Amino acid sequence: MTESALGQSGTHSRRVMRSSLALARGLGAAHSGVTHWWVQRLTAVALVPLSLWFIVAMLHLLGAGQPEVARWLQHPINAVLLLCLILASFQHMQLGLQVIIEDYVHNKLTQLATLLVMKAITLLLALSAIIAALKLAFSQ
Amino acid sequence: MDDIREALMLGRQSDGKPVRRPLSPHLQVYRPQITSVLSIMHRFSGMALAAGTLLLVAWLVAAASSPAAFARVQGFIASPIGWLLLFGWTAALYFHLLNGIRHLAWDLGCGFEKPEYHRSGWMVVIATAVLTVLTWIVGLAIW
Ligand code: HEM
Repeated sequence: MTESALGQSGTHSRRVMRSSLALARGLGAAHSGVTHWWVQRLTAVALVPLSLWFIVAMLHLLGAGQPEVARWLQHPINAVLLLCLILASFQHMQLGLQVIIEDYVHNKLTQLATLLVMKAITLLLALSAIIAALKLAFSQ
Repeated sequence: MDDIREALMLGRQSDGKPVRRPLSPHLQVYRPQITSVLSIMHRFSGMALAAGTLLLVAWLVAAASSPAAFARVQGFIASPIGWLLLFGWTAALYFHLLNGIRHLAWDLGCGFEKPEYHRSGWMVVIATAVLTVLTWIVGLAIW
């Protein structure tokens, strides 16, 4: 193939082979937008009673020592509600922080890196909270 | 041009010289209103609550580790900085929760008239203050 033929087929393929769909891909929500929105609302609704319960529980535990906290979490209802609060708030927080990062970090590569770091930290925090809560709940 | 929105910011001066117009709304000259202030406050309170999860995780992990570790975290929380953080966290949580309910009502299509969203906005501000102070009065009484 001559050089000019190569160059020509290059321009040719760029003009003809790339569909409009290929150009639009990656710019929108790629079908995950509704789920993101919906899960953020569901967790928000769940967090209204859970947060109010948590504030009352913290007032109840003010100044408590470690044994009292453990005894509190050994009650199954408290353990279940605390786990619900942990799951709902970290999921809600992760979705919210994602929107903020997507709003302010414009460079695609930096944005991806920031999102991955944020999601990794969220996962580590959530797992730490869950393991700690379970350990206390099952302690004697 | 690496951001497609910049296409909207092209303008010309009266002598024809091209200029980069500011992003609308131009925040430096835009009068703060209850709507816009509460909107950005929702974002700030969400970020404050995200930071607050660090304290929650530290508290739980310390409680699961040992009574000594737990006493250290309790000591930090009972310090002046700890109190300040806890107060800020209480206010951020009440604000975000109440304004979040306002958001959820909008999602259902309610409260979109101008007098309505002005009234609900001020109700959120007042209720946040009342609930935060009330919680702290109860807390200090128990402590
Ligand atoms: C207590 C009950 C809560 C309710 C009712 C609630 C409600 C909401 C709603 C409706 C939104 C979407 C707002 C929008 O469309 O712009 C939102 C965003 C957000 N929430 Fe919550 N939330 C709650 C608790 C929390 C908690 C505990 C955290 C953090 C751990 C959190 C962090 C965030 C963040 C970071 C955003 C993103 C803000 C933004 O995009 O500007 N929220 N919340």
